[in-house]
Amino acid sequence: MSTAVTERRDSTPSAAGTPVLDVKDLVVRYGRGRKAAAAPAAVDRVSFSIAPGETVGLVGESGSGKSTIGKAILGLQKVSDGSISYQGKDITSAGPAQRRALGGELRAVFQDPNSSLNPRNTIGTSLAEPLRLRGLSPAEARAKAEDMLERVGLPREAVDRYPSQFSGGQRQRISVARALICDPKLVVCDEAVSALDLSTQAQVLNLLADLRDERGLSYLFIAHDIAVVQFLAQRVVVLYRGQVMETGPAAAVTENPRHPFTQALVAASPVPRPAEQAARREARESLGVRTGAAAVPGPGGCPFRLRCPLATDLCATERPALRRVGTADVACHYA
Amino acid sequence: MPRPGRAALTRLSRHRLLGSPGAVAGLVWLAALVIASLTAPLWLPFKTEDQDFTAVLSGPTAAHWLGTDELGRDILSRIFAAAAGTLGTSMITVIVGVGLGTILAMLAAGAGERTETAISRVTEVMMSLPGTVIILAVIGAVGTNIPLVMAILGILMSAGIYRVILGQAKSLQSQLYVDAAKVDGLGPLGISVRHVLPGLANTVVVQAALIFAVGMLIQAGLAFIGFGPPIPQPSWGGMIQGASQHVYDAPWMMVPTGAVLALTVLSANAIGNALGKAPNAAAPHLPSAADRRQRAKAVAAIAAAARDAEETGDAGTDAGAKGTLSVRNLSVGVDNAGTGTGVQLVTGVSFDVEPGTVLGLVGESGCGKTMTALSLLGLLPSGVSATGGQILWNGRNLAATPDKDMQSVRGREIALISQEPMRALDPMFTVGYQLTATIRRLRGMGRSEARAEAHSLLEKVGIVDAGRILKTYPHQISGGMAQRVAVALALSGRPKLLVADEPTTALDVTVQAEILSLLRALVKDTGMSVVMVTHDLGVVADICDQVAVMYAGHVVENGRTAAILDNPRHPYTLALLAADPHANHADSMPERLATISGQVPQPKDWPAGCRFAARCQFAGSACLEPVPLLPSSAGDGLVRCVKADQLAIEGMDWLATDVPAGRLLPVSPVSSATPEPAPEQDSIVEKDLA
Repeated sequence: MSTAVTERRDSTPSAAGTPVLDVKDLVVRYGRGRKAAAAPAAVDRVSFSIAPGETVGLVGESGSGKSTIGKAILGLQKVSDGSISYQGKDITSAGPAQRRALGGELRAVFQDPNSSLNPRNTIGTSLAEPLRLRGLSPAEARAKAEDMLERVGLPREAVDRYPSQFSGGQRQRISVARALICDPKLVVCDEAVSALDLSTQAQVLNLLADLRDERGLSYLFIAHDIAVVQFLAQRVVVLYRGQVMETGPAAAVTENPRHPFTQALVAASPVPRPAEQAARREARESLGVRTGAAAVPGPGGCPFRLRCPLATDLCATERPALRRVGTADVACHYA
Repeated sequence: MPRPGRAALTRLSRHRLLGSPGAVAGLVWLAALVIASLTAPLWLPFKTEDQDFTAVLSGPTAAHWLGTDELGRDILSRIFAAAAGTLGTSMITVIVGVGLGTILAMLAAGAGERTETAISRVTEVMMSLPGTVIILAVIGAVGTNIPLVMAILGILMSAGIYRVILGQAKSLQSQLYVDAAKVDGLGPLGISVRHVLPGLANTVVVQAALIFAVGMLIQAGLAFIGFGPPIPQPSWGGMIQGASQHVYDAPWMMVPTGAVLALTVLSANAIGNALGKAPNAAAPHLPSAADRRQRAKAVAAIAAAARDAEETGDAGTDAGAKGTLSVRNLSVGVDNAGTGTGVQLVTGVSFDVEPGTVLGLVGESGCGKTMTALSLLGLLPSGVSATGGQILWNGRNLAATPDKDMQSVRGREIALISQEPMRALDPMFTVGYQLTATIRRLRGMGRSEARAEAHSLLEKVGIVDAGRILKTYPHQISGGMAQRVAVALALSGRPKLLVADEPTTALDVTVQAEILSLLRALVKDTGMSVVMVTHDLGVVADICDQVAVMYAGHVVENGRTAAILDNPRHPYTLALLAADPHANHADSMPERLATISGQVPQPKDWPAGCRFAARCQFAGSACLEPVPLLPSSAGDGLVRCVKADQLAIEGMDWLATDVPAGRLLPVSPVSSATPEPAPEQDSIVEKDLA
């Protein structure tokens, strides 16, 4: 696995120097005791890194562990094994004091615009909170909050209003403003646009892209929608049941997927062109991927084997390591 | 920092307090009592221990307004002299009990599972202790030290308060804004104080008011059985106890003290009730009698209008072929009891669904797709009803059918699958029980026959181990499996029309693809038709034969799916496609996606002219007039845009850059191919808009 990691890093030209984020063999288990130890881990030996200015997309179905990885990076979820380092510093089990010392460089935008802002606080109070923690005066914080609101396309007067006075799309922009107000280096976007309508989703995606270009930000963009990831990310990590199935350049993974699961995921995402969609549907049905409804694999081996058309006895006994196929790394014995 | 939160809270509480006459009276009473009691030495006519042997056990007199007790002491003076002490010591219980309970709850909610378990166990032990015995034991050990006794009472009561507050504290802790604060580096104490406590404040205040009343009663009770303040000192309980010994020879003596105690307890409870009332109480689950009457009246009005229309012979003559759903000019609005018509949510919607075809209703949230779909089943939410037009199904106008008669249509002829499959399934019963019961009700089958049918239905929706699934409870199956079961449930009455409201939105794409394949196969095999509500243009491309694009409560473009998606004519459809990242290939992914400035307008803000004009890149002054649905130049569909043809001829695309609305087109009415006058079905729209 470690060889795969180094290989991949070599292959990314922008990854010269220290990565912004380096996740190594991350394992997260829920619960305690013998029973939890025997259950499959929510995140199982996941490794990836993010270069300065790079956007990495984390895709997978519900229960694939993508949000858990985001939470572990943000310190909201206890890590069972492995390490997370930010700009070379180990932050695997950093407490509030250490997080504060990061100086607001590692920030987050969450999915639900309704609950990511405290409904009892004004927008100004919510935006100022991270700045006040870093010792800015109320007046400075307020001025910065107004500037930031203007940058995300909202009126400066919005500082004195409450979240309930804004629509879902506007609230999500406020969340983006809150994440970017202390000039971060890395923003974890956890399903940041999936609760939004098409036109507002496009607005927020454009905003994220513009801010990245302006400020040289890195994003870890977590989403279930591969087309949304494709728009924003340079590199994609595909997860299934807590394990990396495939990782590589976004265009290669989404247009020419090698892993049977990635193929199924890409083929199932419908396109709004009826003739092309009919062809895709036929192609998907001919893939022979079985329904995931009842397939809970035992420990060991490949987690996708019960649904996989290529699976053999080998897949039940040996977990496939990531190996280079074309420009991507694929965890499949037969890809 | 929490100042704004507190300000918001007091604003809210003040509003709610002033809205309740009981609470206002309670506040006035408590304030008067406290002021009177604190200023007692200044105005009281007698000292509490002054004995007037000329007037023993007297009723109200000019000298003694509330009478005297067995030693001739003035009752009025004694009541008010005792008030401050009684209220003050009750506050000790409140502060200790509510304070300790809240702190424990915030600690347990914030510190993780192990701490929570430990604290919960301790409080359970506290709750199982016999409180009265402990208090009597304390009095036995240290004497009648009232503040200490009340503090211990507070500790005993904190366990119950902890229980009440814990759930709410935990739900506040799980909010995303708490996660955001943790990412900021805010410690557990800061989170509790800034984000959890303000949210709890309301519950805490309500509990405090209630505990205050309880504390006062217990204190009076203790004084009654002789554990009050030492004898000459007045206390309410002691006075009641004294009065009880003269209940036959001087019954009046009981009245003033009893009334004051009762009023004070009532005041505290009234304030607590007023504070505890939710600011926006959830809409009642079932329509009230008034709602039902209102709806029946609306239905009758539509029925009458339809009859009139039939008599003049201008509607409903051709429609209503067997198995075809014809919606004509449907309007849905908010009921308005007083003035007749409320806000319209859907106006002038018309479409046909032939047997064996799928119609997609597509648009953003707030465009009226779900309202339109629910009206087909007569399942509009309380307070909303069909206000005009017809829903013709098998020769019946469902918009004018009373709710009672709709029951024979729902499930048997038209069935519903909703976005959240778990809402269709009752967590208390097995999948098999629910399916069998539905089949027996809708098809009148026997138990064993229905059981076999349930099994075959599950196999029909692609469940391999139907036998096992029948025995499971809804929470034991995955979301995709639950949606299959919900489809089976919808099919159990062999409906001819299925209304599917975002049936795959909550599912993973791989599962979505499977459910769509299942629906497609069902349509092909059974000749059933489907009305599919979705916001996903990819889903439309996958399964719909016809599509109606809805914007702000009406249809802006309709026709065959291939024609609409490949050759969109309405700017809104153009914009939706340009904003959809799925419409692009990875190698041709644009730098920026197209957006639509602004938001879908609220129903009350719909303009008289084109409702999309304010957000449209192509809008001009011609768009200020009401726009009818006109035949589209692409295919056999209709489009509601005066510039549709001009846009098509000039090959204009929705631009991806943020352009102000109305960027180009000179303001000129469409010159070429002046379209036919509006089809008659639009007359209502125009009337509404006028």
